[in-house]
Amino acid sequence: MRILKLAAVVLVAVACGKESATNGSTATSTAASSGPVDLTGAGATFPYPVYSKWFAEYARSTGVKINYQSIGSGGGIRQLSEQTVDFGASDSPMSDQELVGAKGGPILHFPTVMGAVVITYNVPGLSAPLNLTPQVIAEIFSGRITKWSDTRITSLNSGAKLPASDILVVHRSDGSGTTFIFTDYLSTAVPAWKSAVGKGKEVKWPVGLGAKGNEGVAGQVKQTPGSIGYVELAYANQNKLPAAAIANQSGKFVSASVPGVTAAAAHIAASLPANTDYRISIVNAPGADSYPISSLTWILVYQHQPDTVKGKKLVDFLNWAYTDGESMASDLDYAPLPPELSSKLKSRLAEIQLASGK
Amino acid sequence: MTSISARWLERERRTLRVDQSAIGDRIYETVTTASALVIPALVIAIAIAIFVAALPAFARLGISIVTSSDWDVAGGHFGAAPAVFGTLVSSMVALVIATPLAIGVAVFLSEFSPPWLRQPVGFLVDLLAAIPSVVYGLWGIFVLIPLLREKVMPFLRDTLHLGATPFFSGAAYGPSMLAAGVILAIMALPYISSVSREVLLAVPRSQREAALALGATRWEMIRDAVIPYARSGIIGGIMLGLGRALGETMAVTMVIGNRPEISASLFAPGYTMASLIANEFSEATNDMHLSALMAVGASLFVITLIVNAIARWLVWRVSRSRS
Repeated sequence: MRILKLAAVVLVAVACGKESATNGSTATSTAASSGPVDLTGAGATFPYPVYSKWFAEYARSTGVKINYQSIGSGGGIRQLSEQTVDFGASDSPMSDQELVGAKGGPILHFPTVMGAVVITYNVPGLSAPLNLTPQVIAEIFSGRITKWSDTRITSLNSGAKLPASDILVVHRSDGSGTTFIFTDYLSTAVPAWKSAVGKGKEVKWPVGLGAKGNEGVAGQVKQTPGSIGYVELAYANQNKLPAAAIANQSGKFVSASVPGVTAAAAHIAASLPANTDYRISIVNAPGADSYPISSLTWILVYQHQPDTVKGKKLVDFLNWAYTDGESMASDLDYAPLPPELSSKLKSRLAEIQLASGK
Repeated sequence: MTSISARWLERERRTLRVDQSAIGDRIYETVTTASALVIPALVIAIAIAIFVAALPAFARLGISIVTSSDWDVAGGHFGAAPAVFGTLVSSMVALVIATPLAIGVAVFLSEFSPPWLRQPVGFLVDLLAAIPSVVYGLWGIFVLIPLLREKVMPFLRDTLHLGATPFFSGAAYGPSMLAAGVILAIMALPYISSVSREVLLAVPRSQREAALALGATRWEMIRDAVIPYARSGIIGGIMLGLGRALGETMAVTMVIGNRPEISASLFAPGYTMASLIANEFSEATNDMHLSALMAVGASLFVITLIVNAIARWLVWRVSRSRS
C-alpha cells in the first residue's frame, strides 16, 4: 500500500518535471536561439549594475545571453587565469606577475566605464562642500591632522565653521577596488604617502576604523560626528552623501561628477602612446575640469580565443558596448568613456584572434 | 571460564544476527554507518584542504603568522596576532556576559517558572539562535553601537571611573571589542541556556526532594543539589556557546571596527580571524596573500580544536570529581 502511494507520488513528480522542462525550453528558445547561456564572465562588483544592464539590453536586441558573477576582481582574475570563464572583470589592472600566471596566454585589458571615489564626511554645521587638497587628505588619513580646526584644513575653507573636535578616519576593511583607486590617487599625488603606506586593494592604514563595503563606511560616517571616509561616486550620489571638493592638478577645487571623471579620462587618453596596453591609471589627471580620484574598470579577455564561436560573440558584445552601451552608463552614475577613447578601443578589438578552422 | 563465556557470546551474537537480518535492519545499519562515517571524513577532508592551501604561507612565515602583529599585504608581511587576540578576547567577553544570563534563564525556567510561562520564554530564547547573523550585525550598527557610544561607554568610563583602568579607557567611537563581545554574548546565549535548561530539567526529582528534606531552602536546594549535579552539562553548553562565538564572522565584522591592533581597552576597535578572512578573501589575487589567509583559517581551526579539547577535559574533570 505504502509502496503504491510512493510510486504514485514519484510518477506525478516526474510528470510535473517533464512539463516544466518543456515549458522552460520553449521559453528559452523564444529568448535566444542558441543554447541557454552563451558567455560567462566573473569579476568586479563595482561595475556590476552597469554590466547587468548591458547584458540585459544586449540579450534583448541580439539574443546572446551573458552570465556574469560579481564575485570580486580577485576572483575574476583567478577564474580567468584558470580558464573557467570566458572573460574576467577587474577594477585594477592585472600585475605583470598575474599576467604571466594566466593559463590561456596573453590577456588584453579593455576599459569599459569609469568610476570615482568621493570623500564623504560628517561635520556638523557645515553648509558648503569641504575643500581638500591631496596633501591634506593624506595627512588626515595618516593621522597627522587630528582636529577639524587644524589650520591646514581651515585655510582651505575660509568662511566655514569647523569644530575643534577629533577627526575619526573610516576606511574599507574588505579588499576593494575603491581602496585601490583612493590609495593609487594618494600615492600618485603625495610622495610621502607612497613611501609610508603605498597603494593596494587593502593597505596597512596608519589610523582609523575599518568598515565593510561602501554601505559600512557610509553608515559609520553618517552616525559618527567628526568622521571622514571614502566611498564610490555612484553610491554617494544615490545616497546623497556630502562630498568634498578636491583640488586637482591645476589647483581647482572640483566636486565629483560624471562629466568630471570623463574629462579626466579624456586628458589622459590624449597623451597615450599608440602601443598602450590600457593598464593605465587616470588618477590626478591634468585639466581644469578633471576630477582627480577617478579610475577605469576593465573587462579582461584572452588574446587568443580557443573557441571561435564564443570568441566572435565576445568581440561582438564589446563592439556593441563601445557603440551603444556607453550611453547607458551615466544614468547609473557611471562615467562613460570619452568618445575618442571608445573608438580607439573599438578598433583594438581586431587584436583578439579567433582560433582558425571551424 | 572466559573462553567458554566468550564462545557462548559469539554463538549468541550469531544467532541474534540471523534473527535480525531482516532487510529493513540491514538498510538501516548501512545508512546510519554511512552517515556516521561521512561526517568525520568531511571534517578531515576540510582540514586537509585548508592545511594544504596554507602550506606555502607556513613554509615561508612559520609560526610568525600568528605571533607577528604586522599585517601589510602590499609589503608581503602577514602577521595575524591582533586577529588571534581579538578572536579570543571577544569570545571571552561574550562568555563573561552570556554565561550568568543564560544560566539565570535556565534556572528560572527549570525551577521557578510557572508552567504556562516556561514554553513561551524558552521558545523566545531559542529563537535568538535562529536570527541570521547579518541581522545581528545591522542591529549592532544601528542600535547597539549608538547606545554604547552615547550611554554605556561614557557611563563605564566616567560615571563608574573605570576609565582609570586600561580596560575601559580611550575614545568611545562605538565599533569596538566591547560591541563585538556584546553581540557575541547575545548570539551565544541561546546555546548555553538551551543546553543548561535541558540538563537542569534532567536532574532527578529525588535529588531535589532529598535536599528539601534536609531542610534546605529553595535557593540552597538549587545551589547545592541541582547545579552541581548538572555542572558538566552546563559547562558543555558554555563550550558550545564559545564555539559559536569563536567562529562568528559577519556580525562581528560589522561592529568590531576591523583594526589589526592589540589594545588592552575594550573601547578600542579590534579584529578577529574570521573577520580577516571574510574581509580579504574575495579580493586576494596574490598567491602568498591567499595562502596566508588559509593559514589564518587553519590556525582558527586549531584554536577551536584546542578550546574543544579543554572543554572535554573540564567536563571530564568535573564529572570525575563528583563521582
